[in-house]
Amino acid sequence: MERFEKPVLIVKNLRKQFGHGCGECEALESDKLKKNYCPVCGTVYGCQDVSFEVYPGEILGVVGESGSGKSTMMKCLYFDENVTCGEAYINTYKNGESNVFEESSQQKRYIRNNLLGKVYQNPILGLKMDFSSIGNIAEKLIAAGSRRVGEMEERGRQLLEHVNIPVFRIKEEVKNFSGGMQQRVQIAKALSNNPPLLLLDEVTTGLDLSVQANVLDLIKEIQHELGISMIVVSHDLGVIRMLADRTIVMLNGRIIEQGLTDQILEDPQHPYTQQLVHSLL
Amino acid sequence: MTTRYNFAFFDEGSKREIRRATLKAIAIPGYQVPFASREMPIARGWGTGGLQLTLSLVGKEDVIKIIDQGSDESVNAVNIKKLVTKTTGIQETHNTTEATIIQSRHRIPEIPLKEGQILVLQVPIPEPLRYVEPSEYITKRLHADKEYSGAWLMLFEQIMKYGNMSTGADHPVSVNERYVMAPSPIPRFDNGKMNSSNALILLGAGREKKIYAIPPYTKVVSLAFEDYPFEVESFEDKRCRICGGKAVFMDELIDEKTGEKYYQCNDSSYCLEKLKSELSA
Repeated sequence: MERFEKPVLIVKNLRKQFGHGCGECEALESDKLKKNYCPVCGTVYGCQDVSFEVYPGEILGVVGESGSGKSTMMKCLYFDENVTCGEAYINTYKNGESNVFEESSQQKRYIRNNLLGKVYQNPILGLKMDFSSIGNIAEKLIAAGSRRVGEMEERGRQLLEHVNIPVFRIKEEVKNFSGGMQQRVQIAKALSNNPPLLLLDEVTTGLDLSVQANVLDLIKEIQHELGISMIVVSHDLGVIRMLADRTIVMLNGRIIEQGLTDQILEDPQHPYTQQLVHSLL
Repeated sequence: MTTRYNFAFFDEGSKREIRRATLKAIAIPGYQVPFASREMPIARGWGTGGLQLTLSLVGKEDVIKIIDQGSDESVNAVNIKKLVTKTTGIQETHNTTEATIIQSRHRIPEIPLKEGQILVLQVPIPEPLRYVEPSEYITKRLHADKEYSGAWLMLFEQIMKYGNMSTGADHPVSVNERYVMAPSPIPRFDNGKMNSSNALILLGAGREKKIYAIPPYTKVVSLAFEDYPFEVESFEDKRCRICGGKAVFMDELIDEKTGEKYYQCNDSSYCLEKLKSELSA
């Protein structure tokens, strides 16, 4: 029964709450919550039982207004934050049979270092600003177990060239780089150990238009060449339209609509999605 | 000798607390055990960590040797020695073999230590990851996860910038294949003496309030990349101008009259012992 492709990532009922919860809100019935928080105890539900799958080579778009739980979800997937409850399975980790949220902290670090890559909206979170760009890439390779300087330097050079960082600047501290360059170094770093899954959180937000286009081109190219699966979070529908094959729409910590990107953008069903699509200038 | 202090300056409760931390440190080689560093009659950063260890360990039968950068007679060594002998009345010595406790700053003596001896090293910064991660909260977690890419990254950056690992002292070591540890600012030349040492090695950081240890016969490996092996300072073809010794750690000095460079054993007691034995022969 191998008729269908196996997903790279399966997420089931991911919940992230900030606060203890109370009898009123724990069942997560939407009529009990005001937006994403409980008016009785003040608990905020960042993600309310989010479930989805990512398939090999696919780009999954995630849209939603700010505060809808997009970034919280990404942080949970990269273990920057612990989930309240939920399951996630990565098919390259223990055959996709182990819930990665329940692994030990050491194992989570292994998964992060070997199977995932993440590009943050703010390069300060993803890079060590006082280290050279090649050092930043080496960090990820060292974490994944590499101990040969020659190989790491070679790989770093390749990647940085790929993302158009001038060769003569690769030994310079990244704090001297412009925002767009830093973002490109981050992408190179996230790609360095060929992760099967790449998480991109608002990568183009805050970059000017031409640099945005550059970065988007690069992402598209990487996907074509390496066939890496990606989750792309953005509140910019243009970015989603260009990159994503499939899209999920989030509101108040829930997925309210999902489907092919074209379908979502051309024929939105949920009132919020309709409003979102029609607010496009 | 009249003194109104308790034996070895400390009250018995303080000694016991420091000994308890020391025992824990010995039980977990390379792990930094926090302790309540006392206010001492010398300034923090001048060897208070080592001094507290020495005072908590010293008994009436002990013979003490205290050295500062290889010298028994530098100001720092003499001051600490005076404090210890005045508050305990025990014997002091320059002779490495005679001593039962050797407190040292920045050197391990040239004469091999033997079973039963204790080497106490003074440590300014006990955290090998401090250079890449300023937060203690985070470095504690990195140790727990055995995540040492930061220490390797520091060495990688040095290779990128200077073509080799340029740690002048305090080159990080891996202890018992578990914890990465700062060996205190001893030259790379001395790192090898820590591996499978006959003597117990204790390290104390008074300002940073940490005690850690290498029990006798523990595996200690200096961090190095596969294609950039660990190298010690080389004194090939160099001879000590005073005793003619070679293959020891040397100081490079300039003869003020002739302007010529010359070399001299850094370990002054080694140098004098060698001269003495040559004279009597």
